[in-house]
Amino acid sequence: MIYLQLFWEFFQIGIFAIGGGLATLPFLQRLSESTGWFTLADLANMIAISESTPGPIGINMATYTGFHVAGVLGSIIATLGIIFPATVMVVIVAGFLEKFSHSRTVQQVFYGLRPASVGLICAAGYSVLTISLLNINAYRALGQVATLFEWKSIVLAVVMFFAMSKWKLHPALYIAISAVVGIVFRFGGV
Amino acid sequence: MNKYLDIFLTFSRVGAFTFGGGYSMLPILQREVVEAKGWVEEREVLDFYSISQVLPGMIGINTAIFIGNKVKGRWGGVLAALGVAFPSLVIIMVIAAFISNFVHLPLVQNAFAGIRACVFVLILRSIIKLFRGSVIDWFSFVICVSIFLLSVLTDINPILYVVAAGLLGLIYRRARSIEKA
Repeated sequence: MIYLQLFWEFFQIGIFAIGGGLATLPFLQRLSESTGWFTLADLANMIAISESTPGPIGINMATYTGFHVAGVLGSIIATLGIIFPATVMVVIVAGFLEKFSHSRTVQQVFYGLRPASVGLICAAGYSVLTISLLNINAYRALGQVATLFEWKSIVLAVVMFFAMSKWKLHPALYIAISAVVGIVFRFGGV
Repeated sequence: MNKYLDIFLTFSRVGAFTFGGGYSMLPILQREVVEAKGWVEEREVLDFYSISQVLPGMIGINTAIFIGNKVKGRWGGVLAALGVAFPSLVIIMVIAAFISNFVHLPLVQNAFAGIRACVFVLILRSIIKLFRGSVIDWFSFVICVSIFLLSVLTDINPILYVVAAGLLGLIYRRARSIEKA
């Protein structure tokens, strides 16, 4: 039953995605591989839309994935799944707040969890790299190293990286500019 | 107004004005919940925020639930979570329903190819920021790099890595503190 499965998958993500919203990324990537509900390219599009619309990115990702898989109800169920564990946990912890935040054990566990979460996000970032700046299919077909790289995309990425360092503008603006550049220079090759 | 409804609507506003990750929610929480409503003090929000970092789930959502719970007990917490999520649900549903009609057009495909390059840069930049905050010594560096390599090269469920890293952190820090004592 797809709704139950959706709830269960996002329930797990709600527990194990430690930190900010992008921590959901490695889990969603895994979900795309294990279920085939959406492709990596779909996932990259979801990130773009989640970053440029209101709402915390983790919730947006859940809503989007749920909708993509099972429509309006899927959207609601995925979102409930991701917020459910946090709600239960916070309500419990709120009862003994002081004790919890000063617990040595909790701090020691999180000393290991935080870099782990960063490592996982790096791996998810690497997959996005392979579909955004590289063209592995062309490389496999032609065997020439030069065809491995999407040169236009790489130039755009480098420019965007420095632009974001120089001007702290809203991510949606950079996404919109990249869309226009993609259309003008036919990044998709169509 | 009914207090529960008030919580739901206030946190819906917070959700609607948050863009990006959980960190961007803090200034909006301050404005809506501390200044406009006076439900909690600024110092409390910061406390909730730091505890949220050592709890599962997303930091911004956790903080919202803490505040809702403080205002009106556990159902206050539940309504805060639902309130934050509500605008996302509506907005994303509309976009997702709309976009599937256009995805096959060459124009849209070219646009998304450009957008993907930008998304990679956004991820890279947030990785750099997170890396600076979490990778603080050689031990955390080793955890980060080995989990990166393992997840690129193998097909193991990331949940296992998270559990293992938590245990390793606990064992390592315990051992260190016994050593010192």
